[in-house]
Amino acid sequence: MRSSKLISVVPRTLPESHLYSFHFIPTLRSIDFFQSLSAYVAVSMSRQPYVTGTSVLGLIYEGGVLIAADTAGSYGSTTRFKSVERMKAVSNNTLLGASGEISDFQAITQLLDRLIVADAMWDDGNDLGPLDIHNYLTRVMYNRRNKFDPLWNTLILGGVKNGVKHLGSVSMIGVHYVDNHIATGFGIHLAQPIFREEWKENMTLEEGTRLLEKALLVLFYRDRSAINKIQVANVTEDGVHISQPYALKSEWNLEAFKNPTASAAGSW
Amino acid sequence: MEPMACQWTDAPHSMGTTIMAVEYNGGVILGADSRTTTGVYVANRASDKITELTDNVYLCRSGSAADSQVVSDYVRYFLNQHTILLGRLATVKTASTLVKELSYQNKSFLETGLIVAGWDKYEGGSVYGIPLGGTLLRLPFATGGSGSSYLYGFLDQAWKSNMTQEEAEALVVKSISLAIARDGASGGVVRTVTINEEGVQRKFYAGDKLPLFHEEIAPRPTPIHAN
Repeated sequence: MRSSKLISVVPRTLPESHLYSFHFIPTLRSIDFFQSLSAYVAVSMSRQPYVTGTSVLGLIYEGGVLIAADTAGSYGSTTRFKSVERMKAVSNNTLLGASGEISDFQAITQLLDRLIVADAMWDDGNDLGPLDIHNYLTRVMYNRRNKFDPLWNTLILGGVKNGVKHLGSVSMIGVHYVDNHIATGFGIHLAQPIFREEWKENMTLEEGTRLLEKALLVLFYRDRSAINKIQVANVTEDGVHISQPYALKSEWNLEAFKNPTASAAGSW
Repeated sequence: MEPMACQWTDAPHSMGTTIMAVEYNGGVILGADSRTTTGVYVANRASDKITELTDNVYLCRSGSAADSQVVSDYVRYFLNQHTILLGRLATVKTASTLVKELSYQNKSFLETGLIVAGWDKYEGGSVYGIPLGGTLLRLPFATGGSGSSYLYGFLDQAWKSNMTQEEAEALVVKSISLAIARDGASGGVVRTVTINEEGVQRKFYAGDKLPLFHEEIAPRPTPIHAN
């Protein structure tokens, strides 16, 4: 079945985009229902991620929220990019971290930048807080999922407003919840159990950071997509501070590691 | 199906490719191989995969030949108008953002990995990688295409920051040559484009003049080339 398809190639970011309005009609090899729909609506088949980030972790401490992630951008099984920023300040009291497709995360931060500016322009003495952004992103993710065109991310949103600390996540299908400690991806299986055991109310910045680093080290050992180059972000009522990338010390000098197959040749 | 057609006569043109761009102290160097394949047949052994977007910004193309050509045509068209409107040269960042916008918004239809590099007076030389999916990343150096798989280890060891133009050029030529040696989808000649404050310079390194690596032997003249 041969069909035509309309694609809009207007770069919507440019103010003079009326000069560039252009549609072209390529003919393709046989395409199915969803692709032919895309002639009229922004529909594409559920796509696949290409450049991805792995786990993001977050926890609430006495002064605000701490969120951490490594700086790897994987391309399938290859660690292709090793200096990817997977956390961004949304406003001066909210931070967004993402795992999943990096291009979609970049599109979301672009969307939020404009949202924050539009909100600030009201100049009405009230600005969007972390809970508002969380709810907004939930709507965005869920509505994209309903169009079979998801943003392929799991997002972690944290911040403080009027003394109230907020930490939550939104998945690519719009599942959202709020908790004192949170993780995405592999972190759900490896970090969350550590948090459930060791998180407590009103941890200090030091204690919170150590707990995050402990979980990140486990992820470095056990998640093949993780690298040993992390950033930890601290969100308080006063502002967002994202650390420079740094590496954790890992432990390999254990006797049991040196000759593990001595008594069972060929085993692993 | 046409009579006497093989698998590769109908296969889409793909530039398996090795492409890269490196920032040095003063500008950028872009490099690429010259092989375009349709399946296993080499449709063009002397392609030019480094395409001009503006006087000061060039694009390395990989993946589907058609997709990368059409993206570069649109961006050249938009940037041409943008330059007239702006009254001065476009920045590398603007060009890269435009390429990203097309790649990202049409991600379900396109299969092309791109590298944008150039020189402008605000940032000097800059390199932006735009892999599949439409992620935009500014990088000190970028590689792409099927041949780039063979360069990760080499460049981890051989790349350093703040190279001179000669060092950067040598690195690019050596890298592309190494990739050509191992990747079936890369081959032919090595083309480089150097962009700096002075302008743009194209260089050509013939296939038989590239360095030889493990288990390769030097060609010796035979009479087939005579007459």
